[in-house]
Amino acid sequence: MTAVLPVRADVVVVGGGVVGCAVARELAGHEIDGRPLDVVVVEARGDVGDGTSKANTAILHTGFDATPGTLEARLVARGYELLGAYAAEVGIPVERTGAILVAWSADELAALPSLLSKAQANGYADARLVEADEVYAAVPALGAGALGGLAVPGESIICPWTTTLAFATEALGRGARLVRDTRVVDVRPGPVDTEVVTTAGRIRTTWVVNAAGLGGDELDRMLGHDRFTVVPRRGELLVFDKLARPLVDVIVLPVPTAKGKGVLVSPTVFGNVMLGPTAEEVPDRGDTSTSDAGFAFLLGHGRRLLPALLDVDVTAAYAGLRAATEHADYVVDVDAGQRYVLLGGIRSTGLTASMALAEHTVRLLREAGADLRPRPVLPPPARMPNIGEAFVRPYQDAERIAQDPAYGRIVCFCERVTRGEIRDALAGPVPPADLDGLRRRTRAMMGRCQGFACGAEITSLLEAGHA
Amino acid sequence: MPEPRIDACDVLVVGGGPAGLSAAVALRSAGVERVVVAEREVVAGGVPRHCAHPGFGLRDRRRAWSGPTYARRLVEDALSAGVDLRTGTMVTDWAARDEDAGGGAPGLAVPDAWVTSPLGRARVVPRAVVLATGARERPRAARMIAGDRPDGVYTTGQLQAMVHLHGRAVGSRAVVVGSAPVAWSAVLTLREAGCRAVAMVTDGPAADIPAPAAVAAQAALGVPVVRRSHVVRIVGRQRVRAVEVRHLDTGAVATIDCDTVVLTADWTPESELSARLGLEVADGFAGPRVDAALRTSRPGVFAVGNLLHPVDTADVAALDGRHVARAVAGWLSDERDRPVATRVRPGWPFAWVAPGLLAAGAGVSANGRLLAWPTQRVRTPRVRVEQDGVVVAERTLRWPTAPGRAYRMPWSLLDACDPAGGDIVVGLRE
Ligand SMILES: Cc1cc2nc3c(=O)[nH]c(=O)nc-3n(C[C@H](O)[C@H](O)[C@H](O)COP(=O)(O)OP(=O)(O)OC[C@H]3O[C@@H](n4cnc5c(N)ncnc54)[C@H](O)[C@@H]3O)c2cc1C
Ligand SMILES: Cc1cc2nc3c(=O)[nH]c(=O)nc-3n(C[C@H](O)[C@H](O)[C@H](O)COP(=O)(O)OP(=O)(O)OC[C@H]3O[C@@H](n4cnc5c(N)ncnc54)[C@H](O)[C@@H]3O)c2cc1C
Repeated sequence: MTAVLPVRADVVVVGGGVVGCAVARELAGHEIDGRPLDVVVVEARGDVGDGTSKANTAILHTGFDATPGTLEARLVARGYELLGAYAAEVGIPVERTGAILVAWSADELAALPSLLSKAQANGYADARLVEADEVYAAVPALGAGALGGLAVPGESIICPWTTTLAFATEALGRGARLVRDTRVVDVRPGPVDTEVVTTAGRIRTTWVVNAAGLGGDELDRMLGHDRFTVVPRRGELLVFDKLARPLVDVIVLPVPTAKGKGVLVSPTVFGNVMLGPTAEEVPDRGDTSTSDAGFAFLLGHGRRLLPALLDVDVTAAYAGLRAATEHADYVVDVDAGQRYVLLGGIRSTGLTASMALAEHTVRLLREAGADLRPRPVLPPPARMPNIGEAFVRPYQDAERIAQDPAYGRIVCFCERVTRGEIRDALAGPVPPADLDGLRRRTRAMMGRCQGFACGAEITSLLEAGHA
Repeated sequence: MPEPRIDACDVLVVGGGPAGLSAAVALRSAGVERVVVAEREVVAGGVPRHCAHPGFGLRDRRRAWSGPTYARRLVEDALSAGVDLRTGTMVTDWAARDEDAGGGAPGLAVPDAWVTSPLGRARVVPRAVVLATGARERPRAARMIAGDRPDGVYTTGQLQAMVHLHGRAVGSRAVVVGSAPVAWSAVLTLREAGCRAVAMVTDGPAADIPAPAAVAAQAALGVPVVRRSHVVRIVGRQRVRAVEVRHLDTGAVATIDCDTVVLTADWTPESELSARLGLEVADGFAGPRVDAALRTSRPGVFAVGNLLHPVDTADVAALDGRHVARAVAGWLSDERDRPVATRVRPGWPFAWVAPGLLAAGAGVSANGRLLAWPTQRVRTPRVRVEQDGVVVAERTLRWPTAPGRAYRMPWSLLDACDPAGGDIVVGLRE
């Protein structure tokens, strides 16, 4: 599974989350001294996108509610445009659902106009205030008591898993290398190059990009800095059965408070309904467990937001950790002397901002003296397998099944995943390391039965594929 | 570009388990020509395929076969009866017929079905549909068990398929959650896989009224039973390391080390297709409401098996299948709507009763039984039937109710009820 660690690279990207993979893809699209930039991604876990990037609310944010003037506001808005266009090109499922931000109290109602001005200050012109009856027309199943809202038609839902995989796939297609199951334990910048020490050996590199998410501050300290501390903020989420999907066609947002964006209800690109997240500081950077308190809190919100939601079963419960820091903005910087770019504190908007962060990284490296130029000729863009409900899936595609009957052999019934798709994922450029990785590539076993009917067969297929 | 095939038939049976296969055979015996069974698994037979223990076929075949033998016999019978049995074929959606869009009764025609198989995508156009999609156990998330999310947490269905169909190993120390009969099957399956059941955790009462599976597990295999308790948390990031168990009365939390967790029972019907048709839903579970002739709220759509009573035994599901043939054949010959009917609803201590509808002229139910799901154990139950608030029947039955097992009552309890009257409530006298 793990590629052999190269001895030499132009750039080592530490961290294969959505940000690191976006950066690797972008850098691998550049050349230096007339040859393609040699990029190596080092990821501690067994798969790309297996950290925070796999467990979020999967919204492609317009950035309407960001703090104007911050780097985050700028990169979210830019990332929204870039990723939206890229998704259409490579086949990442996106649904342009729009959002409606709902006021439930007089105070919240009074706060809406300032949110509208904030959106405008962020360059987002499509938001508008709506009366309560328009809120209920958009979401008839909404609980009683909504007083008014702010419509944000640009907010969209996206598949977070395909996004990271598309970046990784294209990065590899452009010649980048990915080393998994390998942790960076020290970084030693010298006068001309840097030694990166990992659990699998050493790499000499000219530049280092820190995209280590929750581990970003630790890596930063290895280079002698002391700029920020990550305090993981856990967000628990509940995913409800697809039978609930007709209840809600738009993202329903609360009025944000000082404590965060609050609990939302949203359709997912897989056809479920999501409720969450919570926001709770946890000491342990690996603690993605769920809790009874989190469940109770979310169900309480769900009961008020969308009462009928509680009549259907929960299909999945999970938690993600935001890489929150003491700073109110991303912590992004370049150190020309160390030939080192820090992409730190990418907390709750990094999926959306990923491609803009990658673009920004190129800018920073150029500023620091790297003579990067876009490669004149690139391999054709990737074409990702569609796992979204809004687009044709293989089991629905008569032509595809006629060409290859494996796409007619459904093995995960709840999610309609075919043997052909599982075969493709196992043979793909970034094969899954485990069942969870297979689930992120195909949706296998993520449905309402969670493997009652298919778990045994899919586990066997995974093992046969690895053998 | 290949267009989806169009496939006409008389009856489309969705699901080739005991109920669906028995229905198909009975339909052929009743002279129905083109009976298609769509079964999504490569091998038909339903859940019994992976139940290795004996005892299948008692009521419908007067045999005590193992599950796999029973499943095989059902398949053989279907094939020799001339049933068009299509395995590896899943009904994924319904398609509205063109006439639905026009006048008449929108959405009330017999629906067409989209099916996918390695042979292609096809639109099946039946004159009647029998839903026989069965039931399953709720998985961890639906039970809202918190904690880490490691591998090693299974339902009994998955456990049985892993061990009996795929010859896979499971861990070495398992905690079994639940004490219904299926929990006992789980213990046996674990033993066969060389995995020790280190505890059976049940919310059932303290020692005075033992749950049958718990007694069996404790007595025969020495499995310690932890009563009045819930598994509230799973511990272990890659693989299960332990579960936390909370006592319902004292609130005390204990930790049990294990590498495998088997979640048993907590049944729910496989009701996606019936829900997507908008069929009227039963009280107490998500399956369709039917009358004694197994007709749903949509003309020409019938339902059988554990979709209607999650769960009773396989032979009872098979008897439903036989029973439905008459009503389906009747529908094919005169396409008459379901007559006037009134709901049959659960009273204490039942979570559901089935069939949940009393219709004029629907006759006696399958096997003459009214099924119910008891939430409590009652030693000498006195059944009380009320309609419009008036007691219309009372009878003491000689067999006790046991939580986790369907309770079978005579359909004749409803003899004095009026299909043109109000709701009927069937419960026990407290
Ligand atoms: C509950 C929740 C909801 C969210 N909702 C949204 C949303 O709706 N929209 C949105 O745009 N964003 C959202 N986000 C934010 C988004 O998920 C993150 O900003 C994004 O995933 C961060 O990506 P990353 O690549 O920086 O981090 P990660 O995905 O955590 O990747 C970092 C990687 O670095 C690796 N690593 C760390 N240290 C080392 C080391 N020393 N050596 C090697 N590898 C190392 C880790 O294993 C990890 O894989 C949400 C976040 C959470 C938690
Ligand atoms: C783990 C477990 C253990 C059990 N142990 C026993 C026991 O020991 N003794 C006993 O008597 N009973 C037992 N039962 C109950 C017994 O298995 C069932 O009563 C019986 O199988 C019910 O028959 P059925 O035909 O209603 O449903 P099932 O056997 O569940 O069959 C339904 C069939 O429909 C198919 N299907 C569903 N949806 C579709 C679709 N959209 N398209 C195509 N096909 C579809 C399924 O693949 C399945 O084969 C057990 C049940 C379970 C789950």
